Amino acid sequence: MSRIEAEVGTPKGGFMKWIDDRFPFTETMRYHVTEYYASKNFNIWYVFGVLAMVVLVIQLVTGIFLTMNYKPSAAEAFASVEYIMRDVEWGWLIRYMHSTGASFFFIVVYLHMFRAMLYGSYKKPRELIWIIGMLIFLVLMAEAFAGYLLPWGQMSYWGAQVIISLFGAIPWVGDALVEIIRGDYSISDITLNRFFALHVIALPLALVGLVFVHIVALHEVGSNNPDGVEIKNNKGADGVPLDGVAFHPYHTSKDLVAIIVFLMIFSAVVFFAPEMGGYFLEHANFEPANLTATPEHIAPVWYFTPFYAILRAVPDKLWGFILFGMSVILPLFLPWLDKARVKSIRYRGWIYKSALSIFVITFLSLGWLGVQPAEGIYVMAARIFSVLYFAFFLLMPYYTTIDKTKPVPDRVVYHD
Amino acid sequence: MIKVYLRKMRKIPDLCAVAALFLATPVFAAGGGADLESSGIDPDNINSLQRGAANFMNYCSGCHSAQYVRYNTIGKDLDLSDEQLVDNLMFNAEKTFETIQAAMPAVDAARWYGKAPPDLSLMARSKGSDYIYNFLKSFYVSAGSPTGVDNAVLEGTSMPHVLWELQGYQVAHYVDQTNDDGSVSRAFEGFEQIIPGSLDSEDYDDFVRDTVNFLAYIAEPIRSDRRKLGVWVLMFLIFFYVIARMLKKQIWKDVK
Amino acid sequence: MNEDDLDRNRRHFLTVATAVTGVAGAGLVAIPFISSLKPSARAQALGAPVEVPIGSLQGGEMIRVLWRGKLVFVLRRTEEMLAQDPLSADEFKDPNSEVLDQQPDYAANATRSVRPEYLVVEGSCTHLGCAPIEDFEVRPAEGWGGGFFCPCHGSKFDLAGRVYKGVPAPTNLRVPPHRFVRDDLILIGQDTGAA
Repeated sequence: MSRIEAEVGTPKGGFMKWIDDRFPFTETMRYHVTEYYASKNFNIWYVFGVLAMVVLVIQLVTGIFLTMNYKPSAAEAFASVEYIMRDVEWGWLIRYMHSTGASFFFIVVYLHMFRAMLYGSYKKPRELIWIIGMLIFLVLMAEAFAGYLLPWGQMSYWGAQVIISLFGAIPWVGDALVEIIRGDYSISDITLNRFFALHVIALPLALVGLVFVHIVALHEVGSNNPDGVEIKNNKGADGVPLDGVAFHPYHTSKDLVAIIVFLMIFSAVVFFAPEMGGYFLEHANFEPANLTATPEHIAPVWYFTPFYAILRAVPDKLWGFILFGMSVILPLFLPWLDKARVKSIRYRGWIYKSALSIFVITFLSLGWLGVQPAEGIYVMAARIFSVLYFAFFLLMPYYTTIDKTKPVPDRVVYHD
Repeated sequence: MIKVYLRKMRKIPDLCAVAALFLATPVFAAGGGADLESSGIDPDNINSLQRGAANFMNYCSGCHSAQYVRYNTIGKDLDLSDEQLVDNLMFNAEKTFETIQAAMPAVDAARWYGKAPPDLSLMARSKGSDYIYNFLKSFYVSAGSPTGVDNAVLEGTSMPHVLWELQGYQVAHYVDQTNDDGSVSRAFEGFEQIIPGSLDSEDYDDFVRDTVNFLAYIAEPIRSDRRKLGVWVLMFLIFFYVIARMLKKQIWKDVK
Repeated sequence: MNEDDLDRNRRHFLTVATAVTGVAGAGLVAIPFISSLKPSARAQALGAPVEVPIGSLQGGEMIRVLWRGKLVFVLRRTEEMLAQDPLSADEFKDPNSEVLDQQPDYAANATRSVRPEYLVVEGSCTHLGCAPIEDFEVRPAEGWGGGFFCPCHGSKFDLAGRVYKGVPAPTNLRVPPHRFVRDDLILIGQDTGAA
């Protein structure tokens, strides 16, 4: 790596100079890689950003290869997936990587978002990074939803039926909107065809664009750290933050280790449990879509279930939709809901620590409740947790104001 | 010594599978009651799979297709030569690269049974092997049914008891039970053999087990390959991890 | 060597080791992706050998069949067609069928066929893959002894699919693997083993 560093870092003429006179290659590499300084005390929570990038690449590459064999038509879609699984050489591996990647994308992104909540990464001056990130999350949900229809199995069909019907709850325009989404009077070949277009072109393009902007914005203000200290406030004589180390080779070498560990877990699922007990690939989805019979238990894939549980907890179609929508959108306002003067959980008081702990339990419980049948005690529990979910966000301006915070040190510290 | 080692090696995919599944409990949405008896299939038992293939071709493929499954894939995975395929399995096909198509046209089937027999390529993945195992053991005599039998796992099924010569006939006993809320419901109590079949109950279980094993195999023919490959992938990643971690430590040495 | 040098060497070694492992891993990952582009089991099934009945084929007649989506000519040559040798060997680029890939061993003979009467060649010009047009009329004045003519770039082949000199096609028309199942049945795509 030192050799590459020498080549890239100090152009002495020749080929690199020829390039640099025409394209800011060395300058860009310096700004974003070799001279981008990030805190030296990053902990494990700071690997999920790069892991999300890894999953994005996995999804893009496997997606391209799947597209070569998949047929976006109601008559052929299901069979073409089995064709990939059986007749295309190594097709099973590519398909399992893609289906597993979808779930891992959400695991990684949820943990990445939780990191921001732990260390106040959304607070000034990083509000825009957070907002772009939330947009990425929304596009990702749309991307996953569109993709889930494509295998045209029972769950694909009926899951899409339920979620698309949601939009019918909107007063006046609901029914028209639903027809526009479907392009037909029910979910059909036409719907499948347009979801395919969204899934392989429109949404991935938006995703890649947003991810690019997310990183540009991040590198403009600099990365946060577990102490919530702005490392740019303490620079050495050479203008380098005293607590920062260059992204390359320091963070790259660290991230590589994280990526390998991630790939181990990812491979374990792909090779030994691609269905993940029915959570990553639902059993009912191995049956082709049957327009005349809904599966007995219908639940969305696990990554939508926290929000789905909130939807089901409300005994009214319109209000269910509104609260469902709010539960997805609310985190967008975190930078302004959080009034605390410190960023990191390390220097916050017991109130925020308790609130965040309860929120984690709430989110996981809602996720679990979303796959349970909507009856009896489950409905009651879902209602209680829904209230807690909204309370976390809506009461935040209050409890973060009264919470007693500890003084923040000038320099980052190593913990444990 | 080496044999013991090899036997242990074969367990590696199982261990990995257990590790990967540690937080996921299967959620089969298939109906048919909560307590299904385990099918006890062994996907690595090639003899069982071969017997299951023969059972399938003799008893199932008359009505059921497995339209995504090619004969030559079965031949390759189950160590069967082309001649063996042609002589013993391919009753409805001429070429080994063909897929398994039912002898009976689906249109006729729909007319005779009210419903076309479903394709069995993926049945073990959508319903689970335990479900099929119990289903095939749970036909009982029912005078009201057009086929003369009903099924305790899937009440009202339009499938006749194809395996009656092997299993014989049984009747189901139900008892009325009073629920907590005072309502009365019918609870399944057990079967009683009334006409013996050519197989005793243990042999019949084995017969069904082999058949289900084969159905589980065709649902995902690549399963055993992927588990073997997975071990190599993980070993490579462990090696990569060790090197990358040493490099990371070396690079971070001077960071205080 | 002092400690700094040791460190630098160690670091250099580890960097190279990591890079090599990473590149090897990426290479291994590329294998399934590239392999997935090969003809699938279905393509192979669809590309299975085809049987061509030739019982009703008269002398001088030619039929076109498709094998693996490729056009194949089956021409029954008459006595006259076989007898005529209007042009000398030096008119052809490969008169003795010495380019190995262009025919199976059993067709590397004077008639480029298993049985002299029946010519089986792929109807694909070896220049850029256009389908040549048959023209069996002999016109000595034009120096044409009958054969195939490619409309795209003017390549010419004789009645055994031999390419003439002075045209863009580099080699003779390819003879696909084939065999006679019976006197009146040719199997194209397979030359050994069971039918």
